[in-house]
Amino acid sequence: MTAPLDCQDLVELVTAYFDDAMSPAAREVFEHHLEECDDCVNYVAQMRMTVQLTGTLTADDITPETMHTLLAAFRSFSPGPG
Amino acid sequence: MVDDEVVEALRRGDEWMFRQVVLQYHPALVRTARSFVRSTSIAEEVAQDTWLAAIRGLPLFEGRSSFKTWLFRILINQARTCGARETRSAAAGSFLEEDDASVLASRFNDMGARWPRHWCAHLTDWGTLPETTVVSAETESVVRGAIERLPARQRQVITLRDIEGFDAREVSLALDLSEGNQRVLLHRARSRVRAALELHLEGVATA
Repeated sequence: MTAPLDCQDLVELVTAYFDDAMSPAAREVFEHHLEECDDCVNYVAQMRMTVQLTGTLTADDITPETMHTLLAAFRSFSPGPG
Repeated sequence: MVDDEVVEALRRGDEWMFRQVVLQYHPALVRTARSFVRSTSIAEEVAQDTWLAAIRGLPLFEGRSSFKTWLFRILINQARTCGARETRSAAAGSFLEEDDASVLASRFNDMGARWPRHWCAHLTDWGTLPETTVVSAETESVVRGAIERLPARQRQVITLRDIEGFDAREVSLALDLSEGNQRVLLHRARSRVRAALELHLEGVATA
């Protein structure tokens, strides 16, 4: 038997839940709590949204100067014809 | 494009291919380097050094990992050398004990309450917020700022997992962490970013 889970315990397990890194028994207890607790359903959805928003961060483009430097380095290491 | 074709072309000295992989990966390399070192200009240097090391190392690439994983492993080695001071203090052993709960204890009922350890106030369903509030430039800068303020190890793990999309195994190998410790760091990082988003989104929603 696995002990029941309070909300304060559940919030510590969300990443393990997303990664599927829980025993089947622990997973069952986790999902059983969600069936009965709308607040934790919202919490898990907020964590999912957090992961999604983090995944959409954009990065700066490469500058032409950097590309130029790197291409020059690539050329100097290339086999080249003959 | 298949890794084998890419590596084969690079070994032949195909400049078009080199330009493609630089365009594809350089911004991500700089961003990941930035999670190890504290300035964008140093991160840029680390990324450039990574390309130089990769060009030299191409004959040694054996295809046992993906090209992307191989490239990021080189980056992490370069970044660690550069950010050695920071990494050393973070690796001193205490990083798993140093800190706190995912959600402030004050958000839950105490032990004497009718429903101990349950939420004391309802949580907002972010799905009911206007799409334009959730997906906005302000929200993006809140996420960026929250990641920026994380302790170094948490920042490195969340960058590799949630921004660059590596899996738990790849990240724990690259950072010399057990998968469990990797997950604890990721969980703390995500929890802090969520808390920052909550403050931002629900502040906005009720304004």
